[in-house]
Amino acid sequence: MEFEPNILAFCCQFCAYSAADLAGSMRLQYPPNVRIIRLLCTGKVDPLHLLKPFQEGWDGVFVAGCLEGECYFLHGNLHAKQWVNYTKKLLKEIGIEPERLEMFNMSAAMGTKFADTVREMTERIKKLGPSPLRGTEELKNRRTEEQVTDK
Amino acid sequence: MIVAKRKPLDEIKEMLKPYNKILVLGCGSCVAVCMAGGEKEAGLLSTELQMAFEMDKTLPPSGGTPPGSAKQIDTITILRQCDREYIDEVKDKLVQYDAILSVACGVGVQFTAEVLNGEKVLLPGLNTTFLGATKEPGMWVERCLACGDCILDETGGVCPITMCSKSLMNGPCGGHEKGKCEVDRNRDCGWVLIYERLKKLGKLELIKDIKLPKNYGAVKRPDKIVHEAYQVVGKEEVKK
Repeated sequence: MEFEPNILAFCCQFCAYSAADLAGSMRLQYPPNVRIIRLLCTGKVDPLHLLKPFQEGWDGVFVAGCLEGECYFLHGNLHAKQWVNYTKKLLKEIGIEPERLEMFNMSAAMGTKFADTVREMTERIKKLGPSPLRGTEELKNRRTEEQVTDK
Repeated sequence: MIVAKRKPLDEIKEMLKPYNKILVLGCGSCVAVCMAGGEKEAGLLSTELQMAFEMDKTLPPSGGTPPGSAKQIDTITILRQCDREYIDEVKDKLVQYDAILSVACGVGVQFTAEVLNGEKVLLPGLNTTFLGATKEPGMWVERCLACGDCILDETGGVCPITMCSKSLMNGPCGGHEKGKCEVDRNRDCGWVLIYERLKKLGKLELIKDIKLPKNYGAVKRPDKIVHEAYQVVGKEEVKK
């Protein structure tokens, strides 16, 4: 069976989250590997939020904020960029490929860009293979919980 | 405030190797401000360590035995590790761990160890660096060497002991060029800074005073200060 990565996306509600919505309205096809968390602004993203998914065994994480200079809260996306770069260093220190984490910028009108981003991340993570922390206890527990909730 | 920097993760991992139940003890004062050992940083470090040890637990691709075992890593952050009352509050919890990784400054680590008095192993998570100020978000600069004999009144509020690479009492030396220091051309010459400041203050004549050699014995290291109100002249006197 081909490896299907689990990717988590932190999306700003003013741009990337709306772009994801638009991608849906436009009926664009993109890999179903991504789960989205909506944020008021990517400026809220913290290294702890970015490390947690990796700890739980997710294979990739990306943060999608407004185009640079167009943040609804002025600098939020620039702060997010700083923290993403910092977290990449932390990941490297731990021994996880920093490429598993990325920051993207897009506007609410860029439905296609969102679909492309998901495609790009999925391809990238597929090449990297499963996360070294995949299949740890936490992930197993989470999956069980998900299955219970689904039922 | 005291400015510190986190030790490299590998060094911390190496220190923690023999222990299984570990507590990352954060300090909510100076090191929280310089983003090295506050509640958030302690949480981040404990997450990092959990992940790193978890990875060691998995089998290496070449086969053989996993290089490490699983560890329990928790976090507690107290307001200050240099005050007994805050350590006492969590002392019962601290003694339950095999080792405590303190992410306070050197003072905090030593004082917590002193309070625990050999009951538990205390390990340092930070390298304490200097006494400094926040120049801009995420940047801290050294401003005081704690010499114990302040002369900022004579130098326009710029400390020659700290800001001059050679801690000269009378400067600048011949090594400055375009306001930069010969030790490091990216660093401002402390004495040029003093000159510029005194000029702005209209007190340039102060720079002409020849200052006597500094008394580096003003602080007897390790020093101790007892506030005058707390100085006991004779114990009997207090009892009366």
